[in-house]
Amino acid sequence: MPTVAPLDLEGHVVSVAFLKDVPFFAGAAGTIHRLDQGHKTTEAHDGLLSLAYDEASDTLLTGGEDGKVMRISADGSATPVAETARKWISEVAAGPQGAVAYAYGKTTFVRLGDGTTREFPEERTVEGIAFAPKGLRIAVARYNGVSLHWVAMTGQPIDLEWKGAHTGVTFSPDGRFVVTTMQENALHGWKLDAKPGAETRHMRMTGYPAKVKSLSWSAKGKWLASSGAPAAIVWPFQGKDGPMGKAPLELGTRGNTMVTTVACHPAEDIVAIGYEDGMILAARFADSKEVLLRRPGKGAVTAMAWNRSGRQLAFGSAAGDCGVVDIAG
Amino acid sequence: MTETTTQKPIPVTVLTGYLGAGKTTLLNRILSENHGRKYAVIVNEFGEIGIDNDLIVESDEEIYELNNGCVCCTVRGDLIRVVEGLMRRPGRFDAIIVETTGLADPVPVAQTFFMDDDVRAKTELDAVVALVDAKHLPLRLKDSREAEDQIAFADVVLLNKTDLVTPEELERIEATVRVINPSARIYRTQRSEIDLTKVLDQGAFNLEKALENDPHFLEQGEHDDHVCGPDCDHDHHHHHDHDHDHHHHHDHHHHDHGPSPIHDVTVQSISLRGGEMNPDRFFPWIQKITQTDGPNILRLKGIIAFAGDAERYVVQGVHMIIEGDHQRPWKDGEKRESRLVFIGRDLDREKIERTFKACEVQA
Repeated sequence: MPTVAPLDLEGHVVSVAFLKDVPFFAGAAGTIHRLDQGHKTTEAHDGLLSLAYDEASDTLLTGGEDGKVMRISADGSATPVAETARKWISEVAAGPQGAVAYAYGKTTFVRLGDGTTREFPEERTVEGIAFAPKGLRIAVARYNGVSLHWVAMTGQPIDLEWKGAHTGVTFSPDGRFVVTTMQENALHGWKLDAKPGAETRHMRMTGYPAKVKSLSWSAKGKWLASSGAPAAIVWPFQGKDGPMGKAPLELGTRGNTMVTTVACHPAEDIVAIGYEDGMILAARFADSKEVLLRRPGKGAVTAMAWNRSGRQLAFGSAAGDCGVVDIAG
Repeated sequence: MTETTTQKPIPVTVLTGYLGAGKTTLLNRILSENHGRKYAVIVNEFGEIGIDNDLIVESDEEIYELNNGCVCCTVRGDLIRVVEGLMRRPGRFDAIIVETTGLADPVPVAQTFFMDDDVRAKTELDAVVALVDAKHLPLRLKDSREAEDQIAFADVVLLNKTDLVTPEELERIEATVRVINPSARIYRTQRSEIDLTKVLDQGAFNLEKALENDPHFLEQGEHDDHVCGPDCDHDHHHHHDHDHDHHHHHDHHHHDHGPSPIHDVTVQSISLRGGEMNPDRFFPWIQKITQTDGPNILRLKGIIAFAGDAERYVVQGVHMIIEGDHQRPWKDGEKRESRLVFIGRDLDREKIERTFKACEVQA
């Protein structure tokens, strides 16, 4: 039986993550909480907007309403990475070799490991940033598509065009696909190895009753799980054309509430599904079997993260009721 | 239930006005006056706001066209993001003010609060307030369509800098504003000095409150010489009598303000009056007209008397968005009539009047 160790915080939880098996909970007010032999805190920002887990260094990157980008280590110490007065840093991303990407307004900034910073201007506001799994390359989501930039080289970006507002972006773990969340209730994907201009390059994933705010790639990138419906919508990405012409899995369907957050297990084809009412289920792709991980709580589940072994799941909510689920109990 | 469903929506005031009309002055007054309320302010540039306040957020205007084939379905993407961020830390402020740039189109700003589900769940558009520079309005109307749109779209117009014009000029300017927008409340101000209760917390988009606060909805327009200044306290009795005097020939009176005889005004308004309506005709009609003419309709507002219905029905719309609901019971002695105003461009007045009339209950 899974057991839940609760942690009750004040206010909206933006993100959660594990560093060295210590669960971290980032609150919107700017305090980062961790359960490391007791409840400990780091005051990172006056208003925290964004968080990214940097797998390479096992640290967190955060962006705030105070214009700061910070790096948070497993011991809770916070080191400034960049600062721009009075700008909201609503996007941060972690790249290879200590590279950090962040954005405000129409510009993405990439601070490289050697301390130099490169700027990548867009014509429209930067709404999402993702590093490619290989090579120093970023994808920037913006109105009418995605721009792909090689960080270390000068040259024109590659434009992936699709009409509409793209609000977030992710690479598939094998680097073959780029997928965005959109202002309309849909995902859009591009097959990077298809010929530019080819119809097969585009992947439209529609049918959601709400905006998709949470995406998670399964182990080895075979599936992409998403929120935005009364079930977790899980698209197959095993084939060379991605999910085109295939129906997604619908896991953990509930009649009266919406899925707000998804987090795929690090090893198994299992997804943790967080709902608007605070409930969390785990569902297995192979047979749709469900296990209750947490009963409904005070607020919508806003963040979930597995630890490396996949035994523990940290979660946070819009009302501050957080916790850690131990799968084995 | 979840936090989002129990929270009361945060009211949002949109402040429009051409460069130099006095928006910053008004904002500084709102932020510094001792009214016991806290405001989060979304501005395009920090500019000259003299007050240091964590809750002033800079935001680049970012227009989204929605992929639904409708050219007028535009929202402000930056507002969606900033409002989402602000609403993660509620309790710090009681209301939000959005200041737009001088050239901004107020429509996407307003539509954001209707068309984005997340924003709509947490906030509520309170009113659109336009500041107008009395001295420079004639010039503005000549060289920009935005100045006119801002007035046409407003719920409250502050006719500012009145000390810079003669009383005759001011009368003319106010008449022009009234022609562009017969349903807005107009206040004359100097240095943006206004009782803030006339600007904030208006509930202009709230169907319950909108027309309740506006007992003279569509009545001002009947008197071309009658304009509302800051001290104009309409006397109910006077108006009542006045209405009565005219009833014998004003029944089903359609007052039209446009296309305007005033130079440089391209916005027209169509004010409709009728008797009791047949809902089986009215609803399909208003649906159809907002679908077909939506791109040309900036605002519409109205009170509808449905036959056999004990309650007043209020409607309002922005382009193709239309909302309606019962508001309150008709009072004893209150005239059960239907009133509707369309503000827009290139509207076919004859068609709208004729088809509106066709929705009336046949005697």
